[in-house]
Amino acid sequence: MSFGNIFGAWVTVFLTLAILSYLYKDNPFYKIAEHVYVGVSAAYWGTIAFWNQVWPNLFGRLWPEYDPATLTGFNKFWYKIYNGLTWFSSSIFPENGIPGNQEQNLWYIIAFLLGLFMLARLIPSINWLGRWSLAYVVGMAAGLRIYGFMSSNVIAQIHGSILPLWGNGMGIGDTINNLVLIVGTVTGLFYFFFSVEHKGIFGKVSRVGIYFLMISFGASFGFAVMGRISLLIGRFNILIEYSKEQYGYATIVLLVVMVATLLILNLKKPEPEEEIVE
Amino acid sequence: MKNKVILLMVILLSIFIFNFAFGNELNIEVEVDNSEPEGQLLNMKVTGVEDNSTFKVFKQLDGTTEWIELKSIDKLSSKIYIGNDISTIIRVVTYDNEGNILNEAISEPLLTKAKWFNTTRLTRFLFLVITAGLILLYISKAKKKHDIFLRPIAGLKAFEEAIGRATEMGKSVLFIPGIMDLDQVETISGIILLGHVSKMTARYETDLNVPVARSIVMEAGREIVRESYMSEGRPDQFNNDMVHYLTDDQFAYAAGVNGIMLREKPAAVFMQGKFYAESLILAETGNSIGAIQIAGTGSQAQLPFFITACDYTLIGEEFFAASAYLGQDPKLLGSIKGQDMVKAAIMIIIVVGVLFESFGAEFFKKLFEIG
Repeated sequence: MSFGNIFGAWVTVFLTLAILSYLYKDNPFYKIAEHVYVGVSAAYWGTIAFWNQVWPNLFGRLWPEYDPATLTGFNKFWYKIYNGLTWFSSSIFPENGIPGNQEQNLWYIIAFLLGLFMLARLIPSINWLGRWSLAYVVGMAAGLRIYGFMSSNVIAQIHGSILPLWGNGMGIGDTINNLVLIVGTVTGLFYFFFSVEHKGIFGKVSRVGIYFLMISFGASFGFAVMGRISLLIGRFNILIEYSKEQYGYATIVLLVVMVATLLILNLKKPEPEEEIVE
Repeated sequence: MKNKVILLMVILLSIFIFNFAFGNELNIEVEVDNSEPEGQLLNMKVTGVEDNSTFKVFKQLDGTTEWIELKSIDKLSSKIYIGNDISTIIRVVTYDNEGNILNEAISEPLLTKAKWFNTTRLTRFLFLVITAGLILLYISKAKKKHDIFLRPIAGLKAFEEAIGRATEMGKSVLFIPGIMDLDQVETISGIILLGHVSKMTARYETDLNVPVARSIVMEAGREIVRESYMSEGRPDQFNNDMVHYLTDDQFAYAAGVNGIMLREKPAAVFMQGKFYAESLILAETGNSIGAIQIAGTGSQAQLPFFITACDYTLIGEEFFAASAYLGQDPKLLGSIKGQDMVKAAIMIIIVVGVLFESFGAEFFKKLFEIG
């Protein structure tokens, strides 16, 4: 087995045990794992966002790869700006445009400007420009989602709830199933009626609604817990695998070291009593 | 001899008839689909492709002789997008295992046109107009008279109580606006609630900590918190670091927020926004430090965890209505009333639909079909 594999196993075991040590209490191992995880992931996502989104989808559409002999009119000027950027960084802005077979689409200048406005927040005198970008994102999101919500959460839901209670060779089981579904939907919807006080008959209907909601939440909870248990089993399988001789008993060694360190730290530094503010 | 010839003819005729009736004559039906407003859509159905043969679909544009292969078509019933106002011919060719052409079929020239309206989406359009109309009507009513009743929601009453408790204990308030970006309605709603919470923390001079998972949410959060502190006359208490970025990664963010909870031990934790699998990790940690926790989300799968581990949970619509409750803005109160009317209409539609469906009249349900 290569050194890389063994080293990887030790790092995996250390980080897994360090994160699990949080179940005991906040401790230096958890702090190390937490800070490594947050720092590495922030850098990772930043890199991914730039190279997978901004670079191909924005720069790639503004300045796609070109043949210098074919440039005419506006593009002659446009690619002069690009050549200036090439001087700034040739790895981000390689010569002759961004590769990737994108078609030029100058509408993306708007997106580029909105992005620059966000960066303007770093300069106090023009940081108000950032509000335009925020306003665009919020407005666009609300407008874009309303149609989807109306289709899937309202009309499709109505369509799915209109079920027959009898006829078409339906048995008693089908009738009960459909009745439960219809009553559950209508009473559940009634629970979210805000402008009527939930008293008397309204209170009873709304109570039935909340019972339905709680039953569905309970089922959903059980289902999710089952999924989490299988994730835990997967993690334990990895720990067991890495406790074998070929990995240098990584799990056992690290577990002993960590438990011993935590015990010593605990003995050395008793937990301070919580301050009570009168 | 004569009988043998007749028998042979009968056999040949039978084979021909059998082939005609059940054989694999390649047939292509292509029709212009009028459901898309942009036009450009053809519905293609191919019959007669043998099980062991493959097929390819080509198109030929008006005025050209070249057949262009449509590589994305691998089903016998497919939708094909073509350019508007360009006459197009579709050709299907079947091949045997060795790549020899078995058969081919060619459609008539087809033409698509762009349209202003997509009639198959009329129900959705009408529903949207009626919903918007009702909401606008009740907003205008609310502006005229401000006595719109809204039933009490326990979780919302607890907002001020939780911040008051944190103030009394001299501890901070932690606000978690979910892990998604500002293009999610829940995140927008969470940020609006952050505005209300930050007004209270400004009023009570309590520390506020808002770790976020998205850069745009951080900017929006800072903007709204700054505005709240200004409106409460405490701009000196505001600093940008109140709203700070951790990471985009879901579980790294959860680990980071857990660390903040364990070290700072906030007295009140607000989880308002869009959450996924990290919800239980956050809520359990908040519970373990003894903080009063108020959660709110529209994420159906995460509600059970919040209900289990938090003191108060705003379920779905309650969460979206929260800003109207807290702000008491007539426009928002009117919109809640308008939405209630829409809900009442939906309940009536369902009940009437069930009766129609039970009596065998299926036309009513078809009105709400989404293609």
